[in-house]
Amino acid sequence: MARSTWLHRCRAGHKLLALFAFSLILLPLTGLLPVAAAALGVSALYYSIGLGWRRQLALLVPVLPLIAALALLHLLSGSLLAGMVVLLRLLTLFMLANLVSMTTRMTDMMAAMMPALRPFALIGVPPRQIALAVALMLRFVPVFMAILDGLSEAWRARSAQRPRWRLMAPFLLQALATADSVAEALQARGGSAGVALNNDDRSPGFAKSG
Amino acid sequence: MQSQDKNLVQIALYAAVIAALGLVPPFSLPLTGGVPITAQTLGVMLAGIMLGPLRGALAVLLLLFVTALGAPLLAGGRGGLGVFAGPSVGFLLGWPVAAFVTGLLMKSLRRLDVLISATIAAFTGCILVLYAIGVPGIVMMTDLDFATAFKGSMAFVPGDLIKVAVAALIARTVQRGMPSAILSRS
Repeated sequence: MARSTWLHRCRAGHKLLALFAFSLILLPLTGLLPVAAAALGVSALYYSIGLGWRRQLALLVPVLPLIAALALLHLLSGSLLAGMVVLLRLLTLFMLANLVSMTTRMTDMMAAMMPALRPFALIGVPPRQIALAVALMLRFVPVFMAILDGLSEAWRARSAQRPRWRLMAPFLLQALATADSVAEALQARGGSAGVALNNDDRSPGFAKSG
Repeated sequence: MQSQDKNLVQIALYAAVIAALGLVPPFSLPLTGGVPITAQTLGVMLAGIMLGPLRGALAVLLLLFVTALGAPLLAGGRGGLGVFAGPSVGFLLGWPVAAFVTGLLMKSLRRLDVLISATIAAFTGCILVLYAIGVPGIVMMTDLDFATAFKGSMAFVPGDLIKVAVAALIARTVQRGMPSAILSRS
């Protein structure tokens, strides 16, 4: 896929509004024909940014087990045909939402969603702190994955059994210790109110919030 | 009362823990009837148990927000706006409520042994309350009748019961190793 298609160039806020409007139209539909038309329309949108049916199917793979299970439940309760329409509608909406996410950078998405976060300022959580929390969290995830990896490697060196849940408590304790030092470092630098926010694509939480 | 900065870091911490647990490959046990279980709801339970109602719910909301921004942080590497158009959206939106109720119970049962109070809190919040929101969500998104959706969801309950037990055991270990970390009891 080209990095800059017409959909990439659309504004994030517009895409979100379009997605919202489309879901309001799509959700009450129950006939096979309108739903199939909507599905083809979404598929055509994918084609328009250079993603053929193979790539579209690949995007559906993660949700297929769930869809298969739901189809089975519909079959068992004797509503297979109506169920197929509902599942197709679900997949259509999923693919459209996916398309918006695929063609929008996290920084732009963050900026577009900022107005929706304003009510949080009323309960004492300014958008700047939300941005910081997002950035912190995204930084924590790989750190925590590394902690988990280290623990399970140490476990495998000691035992032939699978660790299952036994690593969870030491994992949490190590994660908490990490967080403690991060909190201290944050405080030493003047706290979350004093963090300088910059406009850097790699740290989505910091963008366009100050 | 701890500083707002520390609260912020801890909310981000548990949001990241939930995400990290979602990336652990799912496994199935004979006990769960072969249904694959992910560790992700374990993270939701822990957020409620450890952080208490408000911060616990905020941690889950942060995770959902970053997922909506497009980060693939849900079990199986799912993410983006698509997950909120899926049949399990009721469970996703139920998570903050589940964490809130879990935290609330944890707080009000603080006189009990941590193992017992965590079990009661996680069971009520992350099974009873969560399914009460999640199952109607399936009905809404898929037009299945309630009984079928309910029976289908029951396949995941054994796995969730195991997670409740694990969450309680973790809470006890943390209480021994770092009692100050159980904010819902301080």
